[in-house]
Amino acid sequence: MVIPWLGYSLSALISAVQPMGSAKYVEFVTLADPDVMPGLRSRVLQWPYREGLRLDEALHPLTLLSFGLYGEVLPNANGAPVRLVVPWKYGFKSAKSIVQIRFVEQQPRTAWNVSAPQEYGFYSNVNPQVAHPRWSQATERPIGQGGLTTRRQPTRMFNGYAEQVAHLYAGMDLKRFY
Amino acid sequence: MSLMMRGLLWVAPGLPAALYWLWAVQDVLGANPVEALLRALGEWSLVGLCLTLSVSPLAKWLRKPQLMVWRRRLGLWTFAYVVQHAAVYVVFDMPGLALVVNDVLQRPFIAVGLASALILSALAATSYQRARIHLGPQRWQRLHQGVYVAAALSMLHFYWMRSGKNDFADVWFYGLWLAVLVGWRLLRARG
Repeated sequence: MVIPWLGYSLSALISAVQPMGSAKYVEFVTLADPDVMPGLRSRVLQWPYREGLRLDEALHPLTLLSFGLYGEVLPNANGAPVRLVVPWKYGFKSAKSIVQIRFVEQQPRTAWNVSAPQEYGFYSNVNPQVAHPRWSQATERPIGQGGLTTRRQPTRMFNGYAEQVAHLYAGMDLKRFY
Repeated sequence: MSLMMRGLLWVAPGLPAALYWLWAVQDVLGANPVEALLRALGEWSLVGLCLTLSVSPLAKWLRKPQLMVWRRRLGLWTFAYVVQHAAVYVVFDMPGLALVVNDVLQRPFIAVGLASALILSALAATSYQRARIHLGPQRWQRLHQGVYVAAALSMLHFYWMRSGKNDFADVWFYGLWLAVLVGWRLLRARG
């Protein structure tokens, strides 16, 4: 589905805070409040949830800090009060309910990569050409279009944003850096 | 027992599937109904398998041999759930048989699922007395011990599926249930 997010490019925030030259990555830490988040009892992931982007990915105009969608303030389930939207990556890369943003030198250890490294890479770009260990990523099923009979459609490279973001990965072996 | 009561008991194991199909048609299975349906049918297949293998120990333990009639009944229902699970995958999930064949050949997780389903279909096809007479009791018994292979393959299929989310609580639950059932049979075989 195509979602009308409300927000601005993260690059505006990054320019305002002026990170040091040694910053190579941006790390995002999510709220971990057991009073309102019963899911924290699960041991599937280590908490708090962490995500990260390479600095050039974070500076890309398509990387958004979002505060709302469909003209409404962001609901809790969608990552209130502020979340990331990185449209060319799988959804878990878009950190939600952000409470801390850090500039770091080393590639941050992201939650799903820690939990299942053979399944979830740091980059996790939408890529129909690289199969997941157990299933193909060449097709996808759109949400909200017909329930049970929704047919699959071909996945697009970088989720359709190849023209805007492919240059970030020029020369990178995306099978290795999945 | 009245005929109606007997009829009801016969169709009762189909209730979970019936509900899920109803909810699928009503489109109340959430944002990804195909996945919800596929996973529900898969998990109920596993429940069916565990229940089927529980009949014999339960009948012995409770000293109620009349419970044994549930063994074939639940076994066939388990097969019915497996067929629906596979059908949802082939019909609703994959856009074309070529992709299904590709999946089977390239993805061991699908291949073991298919292998388990094939074993269960052989068991379903030979579940009535006629097959037992035709095969002879020893060959029939040997064939039907294939259920343990099917169970192991199903657990592998389930484990590989759940490792995608590093979420093994259910794998432990069904694994333990099956381990107890197999363990009971091994102890009985030892005498």
